[in-house]
Amino acid sequence: MADTPSLEAAASRIPAVLRQLAGPRGPRPRPALSRRNILLYGTLIVLALYYLLPLYVMVVTSLKGMPEIRLGNIFSPPVEITFEPWVKAWSTACTGLNCDGLSRGFWNSVRITVPSVVLSIAIASVNGYALANWRFKGANVFFTILIVGSFIPYQVMIYPLVIILREIGLYGSLWGLVIVHSIFGMPILTLLFRNYFTSIPEELFRAARVDGAGFWGIYFKIMMPMSLPIFVVAVIIQTTGIWNDFLFGVIYTKPASYPMTVQLNNIVNSSQGVKEYNVNMAATILTGVVPLFVYFASGKLFVRGIAAGAVKG
Amino acid sequence: MTDHPQKRPSQLLRNLTAKAASVPMILTAVVVFVGGTVWTIIHSFTSSKLLPRLNFVGLEQYERLWATPRWLVAIKNLAIYGALSLTFSLVIGFMLAALMDQKIRFENTFRTIFLYPFALSFIVTGLVWQWILNPSFGIQGVVRSLGWTSFNFDPLYNADIVIYGLLIAGLWQGTGLVMCLMLAGLRGIDEEIWKAARLDGIPVWKTYLFIVIPMMRPVLITTLVIISSGIVRVYDLVVAQTSGGPGISSEVPAKYVYDYMFLAQNLGQGFAASTMMLITIIVVVVPWAYLQFGRQRRG
Amino acid sequence: MAGSIVDKLIYPFSRAARAERSGRQAAERALVRQTARNAGAPSVSVRDLSLSFGNVSVLEHLDLDVKDGEFLVLLGPSGCGKSTLLNCIAGLIDVADGQIFINGWNVTWEAPKDRHIGMVFQSYALYPQMSVRRNLSFGLRSARVPKDEIAKRIARTAEILQIEPLLDRKPSQLSGGQRQRVAIGRALVRDVDVFLFDEPLSNLDAKLRSELRVEIKRLHHKLANTMVYVTHDQIEAMTLADRIAVMKSGQIQQLGAPHEIYSHPVNRFVAGFIGSPPMNFLSGQLEPGEPLAFRMGDVRVPLDRYAFDERSEEMGGGDPAGSAGGAGGNAPRGVSRPGAPGGRCVLGVRPENVTIGADGSARPFSHEVEIEIVEPMGADTLVWTKLAGTNFAFLVDSETRLKIGEQITIGFDPGRASLFDEATGVRL
Repeated sequence: MADTPSLEAAASRIPAVLRQLAGPRGPRPRPALSRRNILLYGTLIVLALYYLLPLYVMVVTSLKGMPEIRLGNIFSPPVEITFEPWVKAWSTACTGLNCDGLSRGFWNSVRITVPSVVLSIAIASVNGYALANWRFKGANVFFTILIVGSFIPYQVMIYPLVIILREIGLYGSLWGLVIVHSIFGMPILTLLFRNYFTSIPEELFRAARVDGAGFWGIYFKIMMPMSLPIFVVAVIIQTTGIWNDFLFGVIYTKPASYPMTVQLNNIVNSSQGVKEYNVNMAATILTGVVPLFVYFASGKLFVRGIAAGAVKG
Repeated sequence: MTDHPQKRPSQLLRNLTAKAASVPMILTAVVVFVGGTVWTIIHSFTSSKLLPRLNFVGLEQYERLWATPRWLVAIKNLAIYGALSLTFSLVIGFMLAALMDQKIRFENTFRTIFLYPFALSFIVTGLVWQWILNPSFGIQGVVRSLGWTSFNFDPLYNADIVIYGLLIAGLWQGTGLVMCLMLAGLRGIDEEIWKAARLDGIPVWKTYLFIVIPMMRPVLITTLVIISSGIVRVYDLVVAQTSGGPGISSEVPAKYVYDYMFLAQNLGQGFAASTMMLITIIVVVVPWAYLQFGRQRRG
Repeated sequence: MAGSIVDKLIYPFSRAARAERSGRQAAERALVRQTARNAGAPSVSVRDLSLSFGNVSVLEHLDLDVKDGEFLVLLGPSGCGKSTLLNCIAGLIDVADGQIFINGWNVTWEAPKDRHIGMVFQSYALYPQMSVRRNLSFGLRSARVPKDEIAKRIARTAEILQIEPLLDRKPSQLSGGQRQRVAIGRALVRDVDVFLFDEPLSNLDAKLRSELRVEIKRLHHKLANTMVYVTHDQIEAMTLADRIAVMKSGQIQQLGAPHEIYSHPVNRFVAGFIGSPPMNFLSGQLEPGEPLAFRMGDVRVPLDRYAFDERSEEMGGGDPAGSAGGAGGNAPRGVSRPGAPGGRCVLGVRPENVTIGADGSARPFSHEVEIEIVEPMGADTLVWTKLAGTNFAFLVDSETRLKIGEQITIGFDPGRASLFDEATGVRL
């Protein structure tokens, strides 16, 4: 085969080319501390501080005694760590009416959140399933109204709901609030489940129908087992959203059944006399513990839940 | 619920179980969403006080509304807070997403840090920033104790800058979400576009500005709509951080509605105010919906 | 640069000094490129290139020379490293070891934009929100090329590629062929030496693929630039290439002209990869005697007309570069003692080299077989039979009528077949 003059052949005749052969080799040298890296990580770290600051301040304040707080600034770490504010926040902090701490609110929140999560997910998953697989006339119309309705500010609908609940006799009771949460959780959850169920291959559904299974049979035996991840995402969205709710909690319950968020606000903003900042911060952390726990435990699924909520239409 | 192939079931009976199971959705959509909204709008034209009454007074409630200083302050605050929050959320959120997209180490750690505020209640957010902005012990106090004795930063007691205190807290909570949405949009950009731009010799910042961001238009618009609908509803944050104060300088429409509806026992004003809130949302969402779905239908 | 001591100290870091240094570098680069080209040096040279992703080694000690003006195709299955090699040449991936030269200039550490290359991607990667004109000019404007020069270059490129009427359209308003031309145009306006193509036709349907294939070939004739083209489709490779580099697992199996690779594949992998329908492989052993023969069951193929590679005449190993197959890369070195009687080997026969009937019996080797399956393919018909128990296919004209179960004589010339060592796959 004819020899093409190789690079080395040309280099032997041209010194400039020979110099090239002895030139750079291998990966481009990159200093670990390049200007780009400094800018990049530097910006990220500065921003991370802005986000971490409040958490730090909350924790630090809740571990100091009041004299220390009055002396120093909020950023200094506690000289003497005490857990007394936490105990106080939990069991003896005063809201307007009674002085048995946040524990009452905590259990109220639990009693509100658990049934709400269960009910709202049960309804929405069945809705999503019906919409995805059992299209009937007018289904999409109602679904569109639901989605459009999720943009309507709650304020427009709260009073009619008060009237409805009063008529049913559930106004002021825990179950009234559960129903409210289920209603307002429906749009996004139904969207979530509907999108997920539409992505399940239709052949599975048809095969099951050929086998004689009906609406509920297919739901419990096929759809539910296959959609565990999306149920988890729904639980995450609802638990966080319902636990953190304030508006509905304040409107639809009586003071004795106020959720934790409402109680927290009362403790901090309505207490008379000396403000106990450390107790306030401890109470704030306690209120945030549950959703933060859900957040840290769920990792990537939390992000997935957000993405699901953002994908409309 | 099995089909009988011999008889042809009537239209109503077909998929009966599915329809029965969808009753909650239908009820909610019709009774609560449509019915409730219509009911409130109708009653905003009445003079209901403690209880809803159907004595129509035309636009009187709205005239009262727009003559009330508290409402005007609330609308002004919402406009300022809305514009600034929207702009800074998008800018900061996009910046965070662009930084995170650079194949950095510890990406998961950073994302966890930027996103955790989103998991908290607005009440928690409001209270902790109330504490940080405390004039004696918070930022102002600390900076003063470091030597700058004339440093002034007390949004909680200064009516002129209270809105910025709320803004700092709101951005702290909300930018994590925007970052996630933007990051998802960025990751959807074909890698070959980046390679082509590199080969053409286009600097990175220009690639972002002139190529990538225009390509992300749908994501940007969706994010804008989501942020906007959240901003109009801002309530918990204000209640916790400033209680609307000092005075009425950090009032917002949502708080106006609640206060008049449940505390001042003036339902008519509450209905009028909430209808105004609805109109604001319609103004934002309808053009977007038209663009989004009109484009889809035109294919 | 007169002045104080401070000035003298600062000077090496000053903008003027940097400009002077880069000016000198630019002069040297122009000198190298011109003289290397005139001396006939290869357009693109790759020396000892190695690259790994994590623990997986993707390219290993790869050498390659691409002649000035030739159309070189990197061909291989997915994961063989061909796209990675292309991206290394382009500078989009950092290499672990080795050097890359373009027209004699060492570009191993150069940014992609400084390598005088243009690249066409699988998705074409046109900037979707910009008009065609802006797509072409955006890179030039970033490089601060004067406006009238930009206009001149765009006009010239548009004329060569015949995209003048499309200049104000957006990519979404263009057809597949037009998009390809604009993608090529983006490289053309930058006055590049080498064009790189990363599977540009893979996303298209068969009809469009064959149309655009011809366009690429026409373009190569018109421009006469060096072109390096990556594909997994052997038909594209055979029709477009001046030379093909067949790659597998990060190494070049064979580098040569299409007909060379087709008729003298240097190992079993290349033989099976090129050619459609694929080559038949018969497993047997070398039978000693005068002449040497290939035996499989009751089949005996005389090998007197078969041209053994010089290597296999020696005792194991040998000079890999001197063989008739012209392996330019790292073909696996044959270590067995082929030619030794009793050695197991594989005979490769292309379906199109088999004749039937009277013609078949006239061949140096012929045999009776029974027809099992008949696959009409339009112009030809593929017939499946069994030869000593192994599946064997041959092509006949579609006019020929054959029945299943029919006994027929087939024959081929062993001189046109290929013989491979069973263990190593190397051509004997």
